[in-house]
Amino acid sequence: MKRFLIPLAIFVLLLGFLGLGLQLNPREVPSPLIDKPAPNFTLGVLGNQASSFTPTQMRGQVWLLNVWASWCVACREEHDLLMALSEQKLVPMIGLDYKDKVADAEIWLKERGNPYVLSISDSKGQVGIDYGVYGVPETFVIDRDGVIRYKQIGPLTPQILQEKILPLIQKLNA
Amino acid sequence: MRKIIYIALMVYAWQMNCFAQTANTPSLSAKTLSAQPLSDNPALETQVNTISNELRCLVCQNQTIADSNADLAIDLKNQIRLLLTQGRTQAEILDYMVQRYGDFVLYKPPLKASTWFLWLGPFIILLLAFFFLWWQIQARKKLINAQQFSAVDLARAQALLNNSAPNNLVRPKDQP
Repeated sequence: MKRFLIPLAIFVLLLGFLGLGLQLNPREVPSPLIDKPAPNFTLGVLGNQASSFTPTQMRGQVWLLNVWASWCVACREEHDLLMALSEQKLVPMIGLDYKDKVADAEIWLKERGNPYVLSISDSKGQVGIDYGVYGVPETFVIDRDGVIRYKQIGPLTPQILQEKILPLIQKLNA
Repeated sequence: MRKIIYIALMVYAWQMNCFAQTANTPSLSAKTLSAQPLSDNPALETQVNTISNELRCLVCQNQTIADSNADLAIDLKNQIRLLLTQGRTQAEILDYMVQRYGDFVLYKPPLKASTWFLWLGPFIILLLAFFFLWWQIQARKKLINAQQFSAVDLARAQALLNNSAPNNLVRPKDQP
């Protein structure tokens, strides 16, 4: 009987590791951009190509950069939450319309509501590459000094918002 | 059983999601594909391919961006081509990708504090296995040395060794 104990112990240990592995989300890759200055860019504003936006305009305030697109299925999941968040006026939110057609994006905002202060049009995905975007939607929390403090990959949920993002914004604003 | 089916479905759904990332945007990916500036410089293309083989596609994580046709992989291949034409070296381009996507983007993880167990773990386990083998052999040796044989047994063994020709072997019928 005793001779089976060691293999059994190893098996249980292995099972434990595998079980732990199943709990992890392989799509969530820690971003190297956390605590680094947000990459700079200048892009045209969606719906008003004459004016442009650059992150330095947001210096002095905590803000959210939300990467979205009209073709992005998961963006539909978080859109209602973004609308509710924008109504609370806790934090300004800038949208980065990633690899999208301007016409499609405008229809999206008209039909579903526009939670953003403004959206910028990254039709070629160049800014997306600089921000390491790979799973739209993504949300960045950027502090007063223009440093990225948090990155959410995939849709926001009420839980993440309540437990992570809102407390962080409060802390950064204090 | 239910759980296994559930997990299998999850894996399947995730795979489908990968395809959806490319398939969901037919107009977009088609546009990118046709606009891909395949340069007529074969040396440059070889270089692009070499670097692409070093990088993981973060949309379909078990593929390199050389293998993947996901939108992001195509964009990154274009970006590599652009950086090469700007005179950047392979090391600089890999660094450029790591700065944006993290170490995970490299197919071959770098050896550092957080990854040493990944690199050395298999060798540690091999060493442990060798130690275990040695330990077992020693224990067995001790067991054999501790065996006591009676004078009758020893005499019989000697007799067998002396008449080692197979024909002379007499098998005792009443083995204890």
